[in-house]
Amino acid sequence: MRKAFFNTLVELAHQDERIFLLTADLGYMALETFADTFPKRFLNVGVAEQNMVGLATGLAEAGYIPFTYTIAPFSVLRPYEFIRNGPIYHQLSVRIVGIGGGIEYSKDGIAHYGIDDIGVLRVQPGITILTPADYEQASTALSATWNIPGPVYYRLSKDDKSVVKEMNGHFELGRAQIIDKGKDVLIIALGSITHEAVKATDILRQHGIFSTIMIVSCVSPPPIHDIVDTMSRFKFVVTVEAHYIIGGLGSLISEIIVEHGLSCSMIKCGIRNTPNGVCGSQNFIYDMHGLTGERIAEVIRNKIDNISLRK
Amino acid sequence: MVQVKNRHVSSYWIKRIILDCSKRANTGHIGSALSIADIIAALYSDVLKISSPKDPDRDRFVLSKGHAAVALYAALYLKGWISEDEINNYHNDGSTLGVHPDHKVSGIDFSTGSLGMGLSFGAGAALAARLQNSSRRVFVLVSDGECNEGSLWESVIFAAHHKLSNLTVIVDLNGQQALGYTDEVLNLSPLANRWNAFDWNVYDIDGHDTSKIIETIKSLNTQTGQPNVLIAHTVCGKDVSFMEHRIKWHYWPMSDAEYQQALEEIEGKYEKSIL
Repeated sequence: MRKAFFNTLVELAHQDERIFLLTADLGYMALETFADTFPKRFLNVGVAEQNMVGLATGLAEAGYIPFTYTIAPFSVLRPYEFIRNGPIYHQLSVRIVGIGGGIEYSKDGIAHYGIDDIGVLRVQPGITILTPADYEQASTALSATWNIPGPVYYRLSKDDKSVVKEMNGHFELGRAQIIDKGKDVLIIALGSITHEAVKATDILRQHGIFSTIMIVSCVSPPPIHDIVDTMSRFKFVVTVEAHYIIGGLGSLISEIIVEHGLSCSMIKCGIRNTPNGVCGSQNFIYDMHGLTGERIAEVIRNKIDNISLRK
Repeated sequence: MVQVKNRHVSSYWIKRIILDCSKRANTGHIGSALSIADIIAALYSDVLKISSPKDPDRDRFVLSKGHAAVALYAALYLKGWISEDEINNYHNDGSTLGVHPDHKVSGIDFSTGSLGMGLSFGAGAALAARLQNSSRRVFVLVSDGECNEGSLWESVIFAAHHKLSNLTVIVDLNGQQALGYTDEVLNLSPLANRWNAFDWNVYDIDGHDTSKIIETIKSLNTQTGQPNVLIAHTVCGKDVSFMEHRIKWHYWPMSDAEYQQALEEIEGKYEKSIL
């Protein structure tokens, strides 16, 4: 996703001289093309994320469209107050790019996990929050939003290969993407963990359970119409996110269910406890938190045994 | 009630407006505002090149110690960028002139209020000016207590490394912070040495000598070399005897009697001709 995102950014930067890229000393083998092509519009600011966002604020006030880049928690949590008082409050076109959203840096421990980035940003009304599901969508999402007013957060995955087949890279601001059209259960997935939702769907199909997958790649503004319209056809909804269950997608869907008086039961698949210090592959950590396709399918099967499915 | 017939920026009028606004609003931060009144007077009378607050090529000013905003509001009023109604509505319900400056107010480039942020905004603004081949300059006013903030030093390092000579910081060195004297809370003395060690050009000056402030700033090399910092030695509560050097006047509002005494003392410091 990172390659596609920055390849697209390079194309856009050829068209618009306002695009500027800042990194807090991360992005080896990811930012070189931009840096080599536009050396005057690229800056490694050093390991100083707060200053990076402050600099971006000053640059944006003067008309630039600065992108800040580092690993998700460093891009959001360390400079959070700078993001809030700077680009959000001033409504400036700063783009915060966080790589490895979720637990992609699975062996690096909690410091590198982006499992609360959406939660802390979602409370801020003045920032667009995007969570592309695959590299194709990372590219289309950037093309659709790079020059919108106000700040944007792009939560990127390191996965440059996998695609969500039926999605075809489609992205629309304020909309969700829907794939599969099963009638038994609605799985709502946040960004790149959609791949696990797809695996769960394949497993469930073998057991005669048919799912619809709704991909939320635009968290703010939330795709409320799509969510309400789709959820109203289901009795049972499962949210899947590489994020704490509080503050992220599960919270968003809960809010929508209550605000719109929907009558569906819901299970949140996400991270429920502070990580316990055990490291491993992403799949291993996903499994610990019930986020593999197999674990998601298991939860759904257990639930479905106990309810009458269709509305 | 603030009403100045022939508006022009001067130390006297800035101090007078600080007292008038603070008394009417029954609010504090008076000592902090008086501490920077002469610096603000210098900047807005003869330093900042701002043909209009909307001119994209204007000099930028960041009041990073945002809690002294009433001093800045006074200057903006004296420049004619905010109206008499606005200045007299300071702190009232619905006013945009709050304790800390907001960029929605004409003449304010960046909202501040959380210490340790303003210099990074200013460094970004200075970098932008350089990239755009503009001769505009950026001035950031920070407090000495603000130098406790680690984030400030991130920006100090950055500006020195990138030789942002178009960036000038003024440190309001009054030796006080909210709950105590700076050398007792977190001692950074001598502060000039700290900035010098970070490779800034350092100028130790009297922060109440407006002529000297203007002269020093005009003498700076803004084309090449290191960024410049004026370590401005100031007195918190300057020119009001019962406020000077007193921690209480970081937050405390004035009684009627204190206001009258403060007015008399300020007026006593200046020639009748400018009153």
